[in-house]
Amino acid sequence: MITSTRNALLLSALAAVCLGAAPATAEPATLDAYARQAQAEDPSFGGFSAQRGETLFRARFASGKAETPACVTCHGDDPRMAGRTRAGKAIEPMALSVSPNRYGDIAKTEKWFRRNCDSVLGRACTAREKGDFIAFMTTQ
Amino acid sequence: MKRLLPILVCAALAAPPAMAGEHYPPVTDRLTLKECGDCHMAFQPSMLPARSWRALMVGLDDHFGENASLDPETARHIEAYLVANAGDVSRSRGFFSWRSGKMLRFLSDSETPLRISDLRCWKRMHDELPRGAFSRANVRSKANCVACHKRAAQGDYEED
Ligand code: HEC
Ligand code: HEC
Ligand code: HEC
Repeated sequence: MITSTRNALLLSALAAVCLGAAPATAEPATLDAYARQAQAEDPSFGGFSAQRGETLFRARFASGKAETPACVTCHGDDPRMAGRTRAGKAIEPMALSVSPNRYGDIAKTEKWFRRNCDSVLGRACTAREKGDFIAFMTTQ
Repeated sequence: MKRLLPILVCAALAAPPAMAGEHYPPVTDRLTLKECGDCHMAFQPSMLPARSWRALMVGLDDHFGENASLDPETARHIEAYLVANAGDVSRSRGFFSWRSGKMLRFLSDSETPLRISDLRCWKRMHDELPRGAFSRANVRSKANCVACHKRAAQGDYEED
Protein backbone atom coordinates (compact mmCIF):
# COMPACT_ATOMS: atom_id res chain seq x y z
CA MET A 1 0.00 0.00 0.00
CA ILE A 2 2.66 2.42 1.07
CA THR A 3 4.76 1.65 -1.99
CA SER A 4 1.88 2.18 -4.37
CA THR A 5 1.16 5.52 -2.74
CA ARG A 6 4.80 6.39 -3.05
CA ASN A 7 4.65 5.35 -6.68
CA ALA A 8 1.65 7.59 -7.21
CA LEU A 9 3.47 10.50 -5.60
CA LEU A 10 6.51 9.78 -7.66
CA LEU A 11 4.42 9.69 -10.78
CA SER A 12 2.81 13.00 -10.03
CA ALA A 13 6.24 14.45 -9.28
CA LEU A 14 7.42 13.14 -12.64
CA ALA A 15 4.40 14.65 -14.33
CA ALA A 16 5.18 17.94 -12.63
CA VAL A 17 8.71 17.77 -14.00
CA CYS A 18 7.29 17.28 -17.48
CA LEU A 19 5.25 20.44 -16.99
CA GLY A 20 7.91 22.64 -18.52
CA ALA A 21 8.25 20.45 -21.59
CA ALA A 22 4.59 19.99 -22.48
CA PRO A 23 2.41 22.70 -20.99
CA ALA A 24 -0.68 21.62 -22.92
CA THR A 25 -0.94 18.32 -21.06
CA ALA A 26 0.65 19.41 -17.81
CA GLU A 27 -0.82 17.87 -14.71
CA PRO A 28 -3.48 20.20 -13.33
CA ALA A 29 -2.75 21.71 -9.93
CA THR A 30 -5.96 20.35 -8.44
CA LEU A 31 -4.81 16.74 -8.89
CA ASP A 32 -2.22 17.14 -6.16
CA ALA A 33 -4.76 18.48 -3.71
CA TYR A 34 -7.16 15.65 -4.51
CA ALA A 35 -4.38 13.07 -4.05
CA ARG A 36 -3.70 14.36 -0.55
CA GLN A 37 -7.40 14.37 0.24
CA ALA A 38 -7.94 10.89 -1.16
CA GLN A 39 -5.09 9.61 0.97
CA ALA A 40 -6.71 11.14 4.05
CA GLU A 41 -10.15 9.75 3.19
CA ASP A 42 -8.82 6.26 2.53
CA PRO A 43 -5.37 5.12 3.73
CA SER A 44 -5.41 2.32 1.14
CA PHE A 45 -5.66 4.85 -1.71
CA GLY A 46 -3.26 3.69 -4.40
CA GLY A 47 -3.27 6.52 -6.92
CA PHE A 48 -5.76 7.74 -9.48
CA SER A 49 -6.98 5.72 -12.42
CA ALA A 50 -7.88 7.23 -15.76
CA GLN A 51 -9.86 4.09 -16.50
CA ARG A 52 -12.07 4.49 -13.44
CA GLY A 53 -12.42 8.14 -14.42
CA GLU A 54 -13.70 7.15 -17.83
CA THR A 55 -16.21 4.77 -16.25
CA LEU A 56 -17.50 7.59 -14.03
CA PHE A 57 -17.68 9.91 -17.03
CA ARG A 58 -19.78 7.48 -19.10
CA ALA A 59 -21.88 5.66 -16.49
CA ARG A 60 -25.63 6.27 -16.14
CA PHE A 61 -26.92 6.71 -12.62
CA ALA A 62 -30.45 6.35 -11.31
CA SER A 63 -29.54 7.91 -7.96
CA GLY A 64 -29.43 11.56 -9.08
CA LYS A 65 -31.90 13.91 -10.70
CA ALA A 66 -33.97 12.45 -13.52
CA GLU A 67 -32.93 15.19 -15.97
CA THR A 68 -29.22 14.44 -15.59
CA PRO A 69 -28.49 10.69 -15.62
CA ALA A 70 -24.81 11.01 -16.65
CA CYS A 71 -21.87 13.36 -17.04
CA VAL A 72 -22.11 12.79 -20.79
CA THR A 73 -25.67 14.16 -20.75
CA CYS A 74 -24.11 17.61 -20.88
CA HIS A 75 -20.44 17.05 -21.62
CA GLY A 76 -21.11 14.75 -24.59
CA ASP A 77 -19.56 11.37 -25.42
CA ASP A 78 -16.29 12.78 -26.76
CA PRO A 79 -14.27 14.77 -24.17
CA ARG A 80 -12.42 16.51 -27.00
CA MET A 81 -15.63 17.96 -28.38
CA ALA A 82 -17.80 20.70 -26.94
CA GLY A 83 -20.79 19.67 -24.84
CA ARG A 84 -24.12 21.36 -24.41
CA THR A 85 -26.20 22.37 -21.37
CA ARG A 86 -29.87 21.49 -21.14
CA ALA A 87 -30.60 25.12 -21.97
CA GLY A 88 -28.60 24.75 -25.20
CA LYS A 89 -25.44 26.65 -24.28
CA ALA A 90 -22.12 25.23 -25.49
CA ILE A 91 -19.71 23.82 -22.89
CA GLU A 92 -16.01 23.87 -23.75
CA PRO A 93 -14.45 20.42 -24.16
CA MET A 94 -13.37 18.67 -20.96
CA ALA A 95 -10.17 17.12 -22.36
CA LEU A 96 -7.15 18.94 -21.02
CA SER A 97 -5.38 18.78 -24.39
CA VAL A 98 -8.14 20.87 -25.96
CA SER A 99 -9.00 23.04 -22.94
CA PRO A 100 -5.67 23.55 -21.15
CA ASN A 101 -7.17 26.00 -18.67
CA ARG A 102 -9.33 23.39 -17.02
CA TYR A 103 -8.84 21.93 -13.53
CA GLY A 104 -6.31 24.60 -12.56
CA ASP A 105 -8.64 26.69 -10.41
CA ILE A 106 -9.59 24.63 -7.37
CA ALA A 107 -12.53 26.88 -6.43
CA LYS A 108 -14.06 26.53 -9.87
CA THR A 109 -13.38 22.82 -10.19
CA GLU A 110 -14.79 22.15 -6.71
CA LYS A 111 -17.91 24.21 -7.38
CA TRP A 112 -18.76 22.11 -10.43
CA PHE A 113 -17.95 18.76 -8.84
CA ARG A 114 -20.20 19.75 -5.94
CA ARG A 115 -23.08 20.66 -8.26
CA ASN A 116 -22.70 18.04 -10.95
CA CYS A 117 -22.02 15.05 -8.70
CA ASP A 118 -25.15 15.96 -6.75
CA SER A 119 -27.21 16.33 -9.95
CA VAL A 120 -25.95 13.11 -11.52
CA LEU A 121 -25.12 10.76 -8.62
CA GLY A 122 -27.33 12.27 -5.96
CA ARG A 123 -24.34 12.59 -3.63
CA ALA A 124 -20.94 14.24 -3.35
CA CYS A 125 -18.05 12.68 -5.25
CA THR A 126 -15.12 11.39 -3.23
CA ALA A 127 -11.68 12.91 -3.69
CA ARG A 128 -10.68 9.69 -5.47
CA GLU A 129 -13.54 9.99 -7.95
CA LYS A 130 -12.63 13.61 -8.65
CA GLY A 131 -8.99 12.71 -9.18
CA ASP A 132 -9.91 9.75 -11.39
CA PHE A 133 -12.08 12.03 -13.52
CA ILE A 134 -9.30 14.60 -13.96
CA ALA A 135 -6.75 11.83 -14.57
CA PHE A 136 -8.94 10.58 -17.42
CA MET A 137 -9.29 14.08 -18.87
CA THR A 138 -5.52 14.50 -18.68
CA THR A 139 -5.09 11.50 -20.99
CA GLN A 140 -7.61 12.80 -23.52
CA MET B 1 -50.98 42.88 -38.18
CA LYS B 2 -52.53 39.92 -36.45
CA ARG B 3 -49.00 38.91 -35.56
CA LEU B 4 -48.02 42.33 -34.32
CA LEU B 5 -50.99 42.92 -32.09
CA PRO B 6 -50.00 40.87 -29.06
CA ILE B 7 -46.51 42.26 -29.23
CA LEU B 8 -47.84 45.80 -29.20
CA VAL B 9 -50.09 45.02 -26.27
CA CYS B 10 -47.30 43.41 -24.35
CA ALA B 11 -44.55 45.80 -25.16
CA ALA B 12 -45.11 49.21 -26.64
CA LEU B 13 -48.03 50.28 -24.47
CA ALA B 14 -46.34 49.26 -21.28
CA ALA B 15 -43.47 51.68 -21.65
CA PRO B 16 -43.28 55.36 -22.48
CA PRO B 17 -43.00 55.94 -26.24
CA ALA B 18 -39.33 56.79 -26.01
CA MET B 19 -38.66 53.36 -24.57
CA ALA B 20 -40.87 51.40 -26.92
CA GLY B 21 -38.04 49.43 -28.50
CA GLU B 22 -37.67 45.87 -27.22
CA HIS B 23 -34.75 46.72 -24.99
CA TYR B 24 -34.14 45.34 -21.54
CA PRO B 25 -31.18 46.80 -19.63
CA PRO B 26 -28.42 44.16 -19.83
CA VAL B 27 -26.87 42.59 -16.75
CA THR B 28 -23.98 44.73 -15.55
CA ASP B 29 -23.11 42.96 -12.32
CA ARG B 30 -19.94 40.93 -12.80
CA LEU B 31 -20.81 38.13 -10.38
CA THR B 32 -24.30 37.73 -11.79
CA LEU B 33 -22.92 37.54 -15.33
CA LYS B 34 -20.42 34.91 -14.28
CA GLU B 35 -22.52 32.75 -11.98
CA CYS B 36 -25.83 32.93 -13.83
CA GLY B 37 -24.31 32.73 -17.29
CA ASP B 38 -22.65 29.31 -17.38
CA CYS B 39 -25.66 27.17 -18.29
CA HIS B 40 -27.68 29.79 -20.17
CA MET B 41 -27.27 33.52 -20.75
CA ALA B 42 -27.68 35.66 -17.63
CA PHE B 43 -31.29 36.78 -18.02
CA GLN B 44 -32.17 40.47 -17.65
CA PRO B 45 -33.51 41.16 -14.15
CA SER B 46 -36.34 43.36 -15.47
CA MET B 47 -37.98 40.33 -17.06
CA LEU B 48 -39.23 38.98 -13.73
CA PRO B 49 -40.66 40.57 -10.57
CA ALA B 50 -38.57 40.72 -7.38
CA ARG B 51 -40.56 37.91 -5.74
CA SER B 52 -39.64 35.57 -8.61
CA TRP B 53 -35.92 36.28 -8.24
CA ARG B 54 -36.18 35.64 -4.49
CA ALA B 55 -37.94 32.34 -5.12
CA LEU B 56 -35.36 31.30 -7.71
CA MET B 57 -32.49 32.14 -5.39
CA VAL B 58 -33.78 30.00 -2.49
CA GLY B 59 -34.26 27.05 -4.84
CA LEU B 60 -30.81 26.86 -6.47
CA ASP B 61 -30.20 23.37 -5.02
CA ASP B 62 -32.84 22.06 -7.36
CA HIS B 63 -32.91 24.61 -10.16
CA PHE B 64 -35.10 23.13 -12.91
CA GLY B 65 -33.70 19.70 -12.18
CA GLU B 66 -30.08 20.73 -11.59
CA ASN B 67 -27.96 21.72 -8.66
CA ALA B 68 -26.94 25.33 -9.34
CA SER B 69 -26.11 26.20 -5.74
CA LEU B 70 -23.73 28.98 -4.76
CA ASP B 71 -21.90 29.89 -1.59
CA PRO B 72 -24.17 32.03 0.65
CA GLU B 73 -22.20 35.24 0.21
CA THR B 74 -22.25 35.11 -3.59
CA ALA B 75 -25.93 34.16 -3.54
CA ARG B 76 -26.79 37.15 -1.33
CA HIS B 77 -24.94 39.53 -3.61
CA ILE B 78 -26.66 38.22 -6.75
CA GLU B 79 -30.10 38.21 -5.18
CA ALA B 80 -29.68 41.82 -4.06
CA TYR B 81 -28.71 42.82 -7.61
CA LEU B 82 -31.57 40.94 -9.27
CA VAL B 83 -34.15 42.26 -6.81
CA ALA B 84 -32.95 45.86 -7.10
CA ASN B 85 -33.31 45.68 -10.89
CA ALA B 86 -36.43 43.54 -11.06
CA GLY B 87 -39.25 44.40 -13.44
CA ASP B 88 -41.68 45.55 -10.73
CA VAL B 89 -39.30 47.92 -9.00
CA SER B 90 -40.04 51.61 -9.51
CA ARG B 91 -37.62 53.34 -11.77
CA SER B 92 -37.36 56.68 -13.40
CA ARG B 93 -35.42 57.72 -16.39
CA GLY B 94 -35.45 61.35 -17.45
CA PHE B 95 -38.95 62.60 -16.77
CA PHE B 96 -40.51 59.22 -17.43
CA SER B 97 -41.13 56.82 -14.65
CA TRP B 98 -42.95 53.54 -14.69
CA ARG B 99 -43.45 50.64 -12.40
CA SER B 100 -43.73 47.60 -14.53
CA GLY B 101 -41.30 45.88 -16.83
CA LYS B 102 -42.85 45.31 -20.24
CA MET B 103 -42.70 41.56 -19.82
CA LEU B 104 -44.78 41.74 -16.68
CA ARG B 105 -47.98 43.05 -18.19
CA PHE B 106 -50.95 40.86 -17.27
CA LEU B 107 -49.08 39.29 -14.37
CA SER B 108 -51.17 39.29 -11.23
CA ASP B 109 -49.68 39.91 -7.79
CA SER B 110 -50.63 36.43 -6.67
CA GLU B 111 -48.39 34.76 -9.26
CA THR B 112 -44.69 34.05 -8.76
CA PRO B 113 -43.47 32.71 -12.10
CA LEU B 114 -40.07 31.00 -12.06
CA ARG B 115 -39.72 31.18 -15.80
CA ILE B 116 -39.74 34.16 -18.15
CA SER B 117 -41.05 31.74 -20.74
CA ASP B 118 -44.13 31.14 -18.54
CA LEU B 119 -45.14 34.81 -18.59
CA ARG B 120 -48.28 35.62 -20.56
CA CYS B 121 -46.45 38.31 -22.49
CA TRP B 122 -43.60 36.01 -23.40
CA LYS B 123 -46.07 33.42 -24.63
CA ARG B 124 -47.93 35.96 -26.74
CA MET B 125 -44.69 37.18 -28.27
CA HIS B 126 -43.87 33.61 -29.26
CA ASP B 127 -47.23 32.07 -30.05
CA GLU B 128 -46.76 32.33 -33.80
CA LEU B 129 -43.68 30.18 -33.87
CA PRO B 130 -44.04 26.86 -35.64
CA ARG B 131 -44.56 23.78 -33.54
CA GLY B 132 -41.24 22.28 -32.51
CA ALA B 133 -39.32 25.55 -32.93
CA PHE B 134 -37.96 25.30 -29.38
CA SER B 135 -36.89 21.69 -29.61
CA ARG B 136 -34.86 22.07 -32.80
CA ALA B 137 -31.33 20.77 -32.31
CA ASN B 138 -29.73 24.21 -32.44
CA VAL B 139 -32.24 25.67 -29.97
CA ARG B 140 -33.15 22.87 -27.59
CA SER B 141 -34.94 25.03 -25.00
CA LYS B 142 -37.16 28.09 -24.64
CA ALA B 143 -34.51 29.40 -22.27
CA ASN B 144 -31.99 29.52 -25.14
CA CYS B 145 -32.93 33.10 -26.08
CA VAL B 146 -29.59 33.70 -27.85
CA ALA B 147 -30.28 30.92 -30.35
CA CYS B 148 -32.94 33.14 -31.95
CA HIS B 149 -32.10 36.62 -30.64
CA LYS B 150 -28.44 37.19 -31.48
CA ARG B 151 -28.20 40.29 -29.28
CA ALA B 152 -30.21 38.91 -26.36
CA ALA B 153 -27.29 39.27 -23.97
CA GLN B 154 -27.29 43.00 -24.75
CA GLY B 155 -30.99 43.11 -23.93
CA ASP B 156 -31.95 43.60 -27.55
CA TYR B 157 -34.74 41.35 -28.81
CA GLU B 158 -35.82 43.16 -31.94
CA GLU B 159 -36.34 41.14 -35.04
CA ASP B 160 -33.00 40.12 -36.55
C1 HEC C 1 -26.50 19.46 -16.47
C2 HEC C 1 -25.31 19.56 -17.26
C3 HEC C 1 -24.04 18.94 -16.70
C4 HEC C 1 -23.86 17.66 -16.24
C5 HEC C 1 -24.88 16.52 -16.19
C6 HEC C 1 -22.49 17.57 -15.83
N1 HEC C 1 -21.86 18.75 -16.03
FE1 HEC C 1 -19.95 19.19 -15.53
N2 HEC C 1 -20.22 21.13 -16.13
C7 HEC C 1 -21.38 21.63 -16.68
C8 HEC C 1 -21.22 23.04 -16.93
C9 HEC C 1 -22.26 23.97 -17.53
C10 HEC C 1 -19.92 23.38 -16.50
C11 HEC C 1 -19.27 24.78 -16.46
C12 HEC C 1 -18.96 25.33 -17.78
C13 HEC C 1 -17.51 25.24 -18.12
O1 HEC C 1 -16.67 25.09 -17.24
O2 HEC C 1 -17.22 25.31 -19.32
C14 HEC C 1 -19.33 22.15 -16.01
C15 HEC C 1 -18.04 22.06 -15.49
C16 HEC C 1 -17.51 20.94 -14.92
C17 HEC C 1 -16.22 20.89 -14.27
C18 HEC C 1 -15.26 22.07 -14.10
C19 HEC C 1 -14.02 21.86 -14.92
C20 HEC C 1 -12.99 22.95 -14.72
O3 HEC C 1 -12.80 23.74 -15.66
O4 HEC C 1 -12.40 23.03 -13.65
C21 HEC C 1 -16.05 19.62 -13.82
C22 HEC C 1 -14.86 19.07 -13.04
C23 HEC C 1 -17.23 18.87 -14.20
N3 HEC C 1 -18.09 19.69 -14.87
C24 HEC C 1 -17.41 17.52 -13.92
C25 HEC C 1 -18.59 16.83 -14.17
C26 HEC C 1 -18.82 15.46 -13.76
C27 HEC C 1 -17.81 14.59 -13.02
C28 HEC C 1 -20.08 15.14 -14.14
C29 HEC C 1 -20.82 13.83 -13.93
C30 HEC C 1 -20.81 13.28 -12.58
C31 HEC C 1 -20.65 16.33 -14.79
N4 HEC C 1 -19.71 17.33 -14.79
C32 HEC C 1 -21.92 16.41 -15.29
C33 HEC C 1 -22.53 20.93 -16.94
C34 HEC C 1 -22.77 19.62 -16.57
C1 HEC D 1 -25.94 24.53 -13.44
C2 HEC D 1 -26.60 25.20 -14.53
C3 HEC D 1 -27.34 26.48 -14.21
C4 HEC D 1 -26.89 27.59 -13.55
C5 HEC D 1 -25.51 27.83 -12.94
C6 HEC D 1 -27.99 28.53 -13.54
N1 HEC D 1 -29.07 28.01 -14.21
FE1 HEC D 1 -30.84 28.92 -14.52
N2 HEC D 1 -31.49 27.31 -15.57
C7 HEC D 1 -30.80 26.12 -15.72
C8 HEC D 1 -31.64 25.17 -16.41
C9 HEC D 1 -31.26 23.73 -16.76
C10 HEC D 1 -32.85 25.82 -16.69
C11 HEC D 1 -34.07 25.24 -17.41
C12 HEC D 1 -33.86 25.23 -18.89
C13 HEC D 1 -34.97 24.53 -19.61
O1 HEC D 1 -36.00 24.25 -19.03
O2 HEC D 1 -34.81 24.29 -20.80
C14 HEC D 1 -32.72 27.17 -16.15
C15 HEC D 1 -33.70 28.14 -16.25
C16 HEC D 1 -33.64 29.39 -15.66
C17 HEC D 1 -34.71 30.38 -15.73
C18 HEC D 1 -36.01 30.24 -16.50
C19 HEC D 1 -35.78 30.40 -18.00
C20 HEC D 1 -37.09 30.42 -18.76
O3 HEC D 1 -37.51 29.36 -19.26
O4 HEC D 1 -37.71 31.48 -18.83
C21 HEC D 1 -34.29 31.45 -14.98
C22 HEC D 1 -35.05 32.74 -14.76
C23 HEC D 1 -32.98 31.12 -14.44
N3 HEC D 1 -32.62 29.87 -14.89
C24 HEC D 1 -32.24 31.96 -13.62
C25 HEC D 1 -30.97 31.66 -13.16
C26 HEC D 1 -30.22 32.52 -12.26
C27 HEC D 1 -30.71 33.82 -11.66
C28 HEC D 1 -28.99 31.92 -12.07
C29 HEC D 1 -27.84 32.39 -11.22
C30 HEC D 1 -28.10 32.50 -9.80
C31 HEC D 1 -29.01 30.66 -12.83
N4 HEC D 1 -30.21 30.56 -13.46
C32 HEC D 1 -27.94 29.78 -12.92
C33 HEC D 1 -29.51 25.88 -15.30
C34 HEC D 1 -28.71 26.76 -14.61
C1 HEC E 1 -37.02 29.50 -31.29
C2 HEC E 1 -36.59 30.88 -31.36
C3 HEC E 1 -36.81 31.79 -30.15
C4 HEC E 1 -36.39 31.60 -28.86
C5 HEC E 1 -35.63 30.41 -28.28
C6 HEC E 1 -36.76 32.79 -28.11
N1 HEC E 1 -37.41 33.66 -28.96
FE1 HEC E 1 -38.10 35.51 -28.47
N2 HEC E 1 -38.91 35.71 -30.33
C7 HEC E 1 -38.75 34.83 -31.36
C8 HEC E 1 -39.50 35.30 -32.51
C9 HEC E 1 -39.57 34.62 -33.87
C10 HEC E 1 -40.13 36.51 -32.10
C11 HEC E 1 -41.06 37.39 -32.91
C12 HEC E 1 -40.33 38.14 -33.95
C13 HEC E 1 -39.55 39.25 -33.37
O1 HEC E 1 -40.16 40.27 -33.04
O2 HEC E 1 -38.32 39.12 -33.23
C14 HEC E 1 -39.71 36.74 -30.72
C15 HEC E 1 -40.06 37.86 -29.99
C16 HEC E 1 -39.53 38.19 -28.74
C17 HEC E 1 -39.68 39.46 -28.08
C18 HEC E 1 -40.45 40.65 -28.63
C19 HEC E 1 -39.56 41.33 -29.64
C20 HEC E 1 -40.20 42.52 -30.32
O3 HEC E 1 -39.46 43.22 -31.02
O4 HEC E 1 -41.39 42.71 -30.19
C21 HEC E 1 -39.00 39.39 -26.90
C22 HEC E 1 -38.82 40.49 -25.88
C23 HEC E 1 -38.42 38.06 -26.83
N3 HEC E 1 -38.75 37.37 -27.97
C24 HEC E 1 -37.68 37.60 -25.77
C25 HEC E 1 -37.21 36.30 -25.67
C26 HEC E 1 -36.54 35.77 -24.49
C27 HEC E 1 -36.27 36.55 -23.22
C28 HEC E 1 -36.22 34.49 -24.77
C29 HEC E 1 -35.54 33.48 -23.85
C30 HEC E 1 -36.10 33.33 -22.52
C31 HEC E 1 -36.67 34.20 -26.13
N4 HEC E 1 -37.25 35.33 -26.63
C32 HEC E 1 -36.49 33.00 -26.79
C33 HEC E 1 -38.02 33.67 -31.34
C34 HEC E 1 -37.47 33.09 -30.21
